Amino acid sequence: MNPAFSVVLLTTLIGVGQGLFLALFSSQAYTSVNVLPTQPGDYYALGALIALLFLVGGLLASFFHLGHPERAWRAAAKWRTSWLSREVIALPAVMGLITLYALVNWLGLDNDLYGLGLSGQVALTVGAAGVATTLALFLCTAMIYAAIKFLQEWASPLTVVNYFLLGTASGFTFATAYAALRAPDLVSFYGGWAIALTLAALLTRVAALFRNARIKRVSTLQTAIGVRHTHVQQRSMGMMGGAYNTREYFHGRTVAFLKSVKWFFLVLVFPVPVFLLWAGLVGEDSTLLILAFVAQYLGLLFERWFFFAQANHPQNLYYQVVG
Amino acid sequence: MTQLTLVIDLNVCVGCHACVTSCKQWNTSGEAGPLFDDNPYGKNPTGTFFNRVQTYEIGEYPCTETLHFPKSCLHCEDPPCVPVCPTGASYKRKEDGIVLVDYDKCIGCKYCSWACPYGARELDEKQQVMKKCTLCVDRIYDTSIPEDRRKPACVISCPTSARLFGDVHDPESDVSIAIRESGGYALMPEWGTKPANHYLPRRKTKMRIHEDELVRADNPLKKEDIRHEVSKDATLDDWLM
Repeated sequence: MNPAFSVVLLTTLIGVGQGLFLALFSSQAYTSVNVLPTQPGDYYALGALIALLFLVGGLLASFFHLGHPERAWRAAAKWRTSWLSREVIALPAVMGLITLYALVNWLGLDNDLYGLGLSGQVALTVGAAGVATTLALFLCTAMIYAAIKFLQEWASPLTVVNYFLLGTASGFTFATAYAALRAPDLVSFYGGWAIALTLAALLTRVAALFRNARIKRVSTLQTAIGVRHTHVQQRSMGMMGGAYNTREYFHGRTVAFLKSVKWFFLVLVFPVPVFLLWAGLVGEDSTLLILAFVAQYLGLLFERWFFFAQANHPQNLYYQVVG
Repeated sequence: MTQLTLVIDLNVCVGCHACVTSCKQWNTSGEAGPLFDDNPYGKNPTGTFFNRVQTYEIGEYPCTETLHFPKSCLHCEDPPCVPVCPTGASYKRKEDGIVLVDYDKCIGCKYCSWACPYGARELDEKQQVMKKCTLCVDRIYDTSIPEDRRKPACVISCPTSARLFGDVHDPESDVSIAIRESGGYALMPEWGTKPANHYLPRRKTKMRIHEDELVRADNPLKKEDIRHEVSKDATLDDWLM
C-alpha cells in the first residue's frame, strides 16, 4: 500500500492520546487507594486536556484522508458491519469522556458515590467509562486493518496487540515527561510502565515482522486470471499513464529504502526511548524524558509508514507491467 | 432472486479495447457526471475507468499464448467492499445483485477499495468519490432504448461477442449455460467473494488423427496381395508419358 500521511498521523496521535489517558487514569486509581501520593485535580485535568489535544490532532489529520470531509458525519451509519464506522463512533466517545474526566478533576467533584470513603470516586467512575471506550477505540482502529483478510500482513491478532501496545507505550512515555514537569512523585511509576510497555511492544512488533517475512501468498497471478500455467507474465496492464490502482497500492520505494525504514523505527521506537527513560529516571533529568517521547513518536511515524508500505495488496498482481 | 452478471469469453476476446472505450463513453456522459480524465492529451494521461483490458503471456517462447483479459467489477455475491463502507454508500442491490456506490453518500475514505482484492474500484480524483462498474444500470432498465439494446455498453460494443450479459441465478439463461457448458470460472476463488462475473477459458480446437486413419488398414489390394513388384525395365506406361 502507499502510506497516506494523514492516516499515519491519525493512528499515531490518537495512540499517544489514548495511552496518556490510560496512564493518568491508572495513576489516579493508584492514588485513591494510597499506593501513590495524591495529586491535585488540575494535574489530571491538564493531562487529560493534553490527551484530548492529541485526539483532536488525530481527528483533524483524518479529515485530510477523506475526499468529502463535510460528509464525515455519515460515517457513523454502518457500525453494525464496518470497523471504520465503529472507530468513527468510538473516537468522539473517547474525546467526550476524556473531556468529562478533565472537567470532573478540574472542578474537584468528589462525592462518596459508593460509600467506600475513598477520594476521587466520581473521577474514577467517569475515567473507567473512558478506559472502556479507549480500549474499544484501540480495537476498532486496529481491526480496520486486521479485518481485511487478503491483506495478509495485516490480517493477524498481532495487529491489534501492536496498536494497543505501541499506543500505550508512547502515551506512558509522554506521561513520564509530563509528570517530570508537574508531578515528580509519579515519574517512576509512569517511567517503569513506559519501559515495560515499550519492551512488550518490541516483542510483539518483532513477532509481527517475523510473521510477515514468512507469509505464504494465497493469491497468485494464476488464481488472479484463472490460468493454470507455471509461467504467466503480464505484458500490459491496460493503461500507460498510471491510475488509482497504481497510485494507491504501490509505495514506489526500493526494497533497500523499506529495509532502512524498518531499522530506523526499530531503533527509534524501542532501544532509544528505553535508554533515555532509564537515564532520565536514574538521573532525574526531565529533558531526557522529553527526548524519550520525541524519539519514540518520531520512530512511531516511521513504524506506521512501514506498517502501511509493507502490506501487499492482491490487486497488485493485475498491475505489474505498464507495456 | 436475480444476479445480473457478465460472462467474458477469453477464447474470443481479441483485446481491441472496444469495451473499454464504449464503457468510458457511456459512463462519462450519464447523469452521474463525467468520469474524470486528468491530462488526457498530455504526457501522462490518467483517469477513472470502470473497465480495463490487460494482456498476459502464457508459457515460454516459442510456446507462448497471448491472453487478453478484460477486468471490471465482478459484482460479487458476497462483496467484501460493501460491509466495510462506513456510510452505506457502497451497497448491493437486492433486486438484481448489482454492486453500486451512492456518489452522494460516499465520503471518499477509500476503505472499500482496500477491501476489494480485484482492484475494481477507482477513486474519481475530481469528484473525490469511489467509482466502479455499474453494469450500466442507467441503460439496462431504460425503456426508451430498444429492448435488444438494453445491455451494458461493453456487451453491445464487443465486436467478437466475447461478453455475455444475463442473470446467473436463472439456470437456463445464456450466461448460466455458458458457465456450465464451457467451463466458466471465477477469479481468486480463495477469498470466498463468490464473484458473479465469470470467465470462459481459452479452448483449443484439436483433431486427433490415428495412424490407421492415414494408412488404410483394410485396403483390398493389400488383402489379396495382387500388387506386383516394380520393374526397373521400361514399361508401356513409360512410353506413353
